[in-house]
Amino acid sequence: MFDKLDQIFVLLLHWLLGYLPAVLRPAVGVVLCVAVIVCVFPAIFAFCVWLERKGLGRMQNRLGPNRVGPFGLFQPIADGIKSLTKEDLVPLTADAVVHFLAPVVLVVAVFMGFAVLPMGRNMVLVDMDSSLLFYFAVGATSELAVFMAGWSSRNKYSLLGAMRAVAQMISYEVPLLMSSVVVVMITGSLSLVKIVEAQNHYTWGLPHWYIFTPWGFAAFILYAIAATAETNRSPFDLPEGESELVAGYFTEYSGFKFALFFLGEYLAMLSISGVGATLFLGGWSSPLEILNWVPSWIWFFGKLMVSIFVFIWLRGTLPRLRQDQLMNFAWKFVLPLTLLNLFVAALWRFMDDNWLRWVVCSAILMAVYAFMGKVGMRREHFGPRRYRYAE
Amino acid sequence: MLGEGILKGLLETAKNFAGSYVSKERLTTVQYPEERLAPIENSRVFPFLVYDVENRDGGGPDWEAGLRCTSCQICEKECPPKCIFIEKSKDKKLDYLGKAQFYPTRFDIDISVCMSCQICVEVCPFESIKMDKHFEQSTDDRFGGLLLDREQLAKPNEYYHQIHPIEAAEVDARLAAAKAVFDAKAKAAAAAAAAKAAAAEVAAQAVPKPASEGA
Repeated sequence: MFDKLDQIFVLLLHWLLGYLPAVLRPAVGVVLCVAVIVCVFPAIFAFCVWLERKGLGRMQNRLGPNRVGPFGLFQPIADGIKSLTKEDLVPLTADAVVHFLAPVVLVVAVFMGFAVLPMGRNMVLVDMDSSLLFYFAVGATSELAVFMAGWSSRNKYSLLGAMRAVAQMISYEVPLLMSSVVVVMITGSLSLVKIVEAQNHYTWGLPHWYIFTPWGFAAFILYAIAATAETNRSPFDLPEGESELVAGYFTEYSGFKFALFFLGEYLAMLSISGVGATLFLGGWSSPLEILNWVPSWIWFFGKLMVSIFVFIWLRGTLPRLRQDQLMNFAWKFVLPLTLLNLFVAALWRFMDDNWLRWVVCSAILMAVYAFMGKVGMRREHFGPRRYRYAE
Repeated sequence: MLGEGILKGLLETAKNFAGSYVSKERLTTVQYPEERLAPIENSRVFPFLVYDVENRDGGGPDWEAGLRCTSCQICEKECPPKCIFIEKSKDKKLDYLGKAQFYPTRFDIDISVCMSCQICVEVCPFESIKMDKHFEQSTDDRFGGLLLDREQLAKPNEYYHQIHPIEAAEVDARLAAAKAVFDAKAKAAAAAAAAKAAAAEVAAQAVPKPASEGA
């Protein structure tokens, strides 16, 4: 019964395809899966927007949206209708073709990432051998879309926002990749399906998720930081800092194109959380062995929602960084730590499986973290200024 | 250690998040159209014209006769966004002192332009224009609907007492004092005139008129 529930979507697909001639089955199967992904994730996006507005409100002791539907749940629908009925303005001096293409490219690139995400047992659209590589390659395309938007708008705020976005995304792309490489090193595979399977076994009823190892924990924290920056979320939301740059690279977008950018941003958040959950939190595997009967896709989407909530929580807590702080943090703190973590992961791989490697690996990481925090991130103190010529 | 501050901050927002579901005191939001807070004494939006209900000069409806405005047009000149338009009358009517004054035949305020700065109130020497509290002025006609004429602007002194009780009492006291001074002066002038007339009469009686006798 629970096995059936676990595989319900797979069985449903096979049942539907059973009515078709064998020649058509692979093609129609792919189209059906794509259609489901294209419908489900925007639905989750709508829910996320509601959750974000509600959660941020509660963190600021407000109520959040509560007018449209019960608890304001239909607010995203109202927002969608509003953005559809708005006038689509294109600046006279804008490069119309690129201006039109930018949001499309962004959304397409982000959707491509979902193709390789294992969302449950046997639930992956394309089981590639190098799916992690594919994911990051496609994910990097969104930078192009952002710069297309900023450049084609012919607006100084758009351009500044796009420059910031590209600088930030390229800077954090490196630690993002580096922090995921340790997982590949230990698993010995770039396939996300294999990575989940490698974590899906239990000792004393507890899972072997990579987050429960010293290098995995460090990599997860670094990955989370880089992912936050990569998706332009607060506190790294400089590219769209409303107080400085109107709306950043999508200043000149209105109506549904604006909504597409919004959608692209949240989908990027969802997919990067999905990859994070797959790499470090065991993907669709359950957190306790006795809970294995719960359908795998519930665990995957549950982990997704938890990480979205953490994103919202961070946004409700932290103020925006300054550009130089952002860059210093990426190159002077996150990147060295990810490089060190590669070394620690290698050490873990080649040491014997006993308590010693836990102590050694944890000690190295903790010591370097403390040292870097003290010295590397030392604040420059500006004392009272002395003007020698005036003395 | 690095990151301690972030954890502290996360704890604080988590407390807020959880607390807002538990304690009602945390949520200060007022659900506006259904609930509302009573406006404070000094709140203000858009000016209105005060009229006295005690009709002094007759002619026209109550509000028109009792309007304190003498169309001196100071407010029109001082208004920074120039949202006031006044047309002065040709004839005069008696004001609350009993003096003959001009009155406005047209007094328009475009509240789509008005910025509620209260400068018109500050400069008015006749205490005739005051700030209102009625802010729900939205309309579907953005030209005519937001151009208030003098009939829409005119509101009785009782209304002024209702919305700004302290300020209105001060204004009334000031007007009463001015009226007392004016009346005293008028009485003194009348007495002086009477005394003069009486003296002239006495003199006329004391000195016989030779011309009349001669006639």
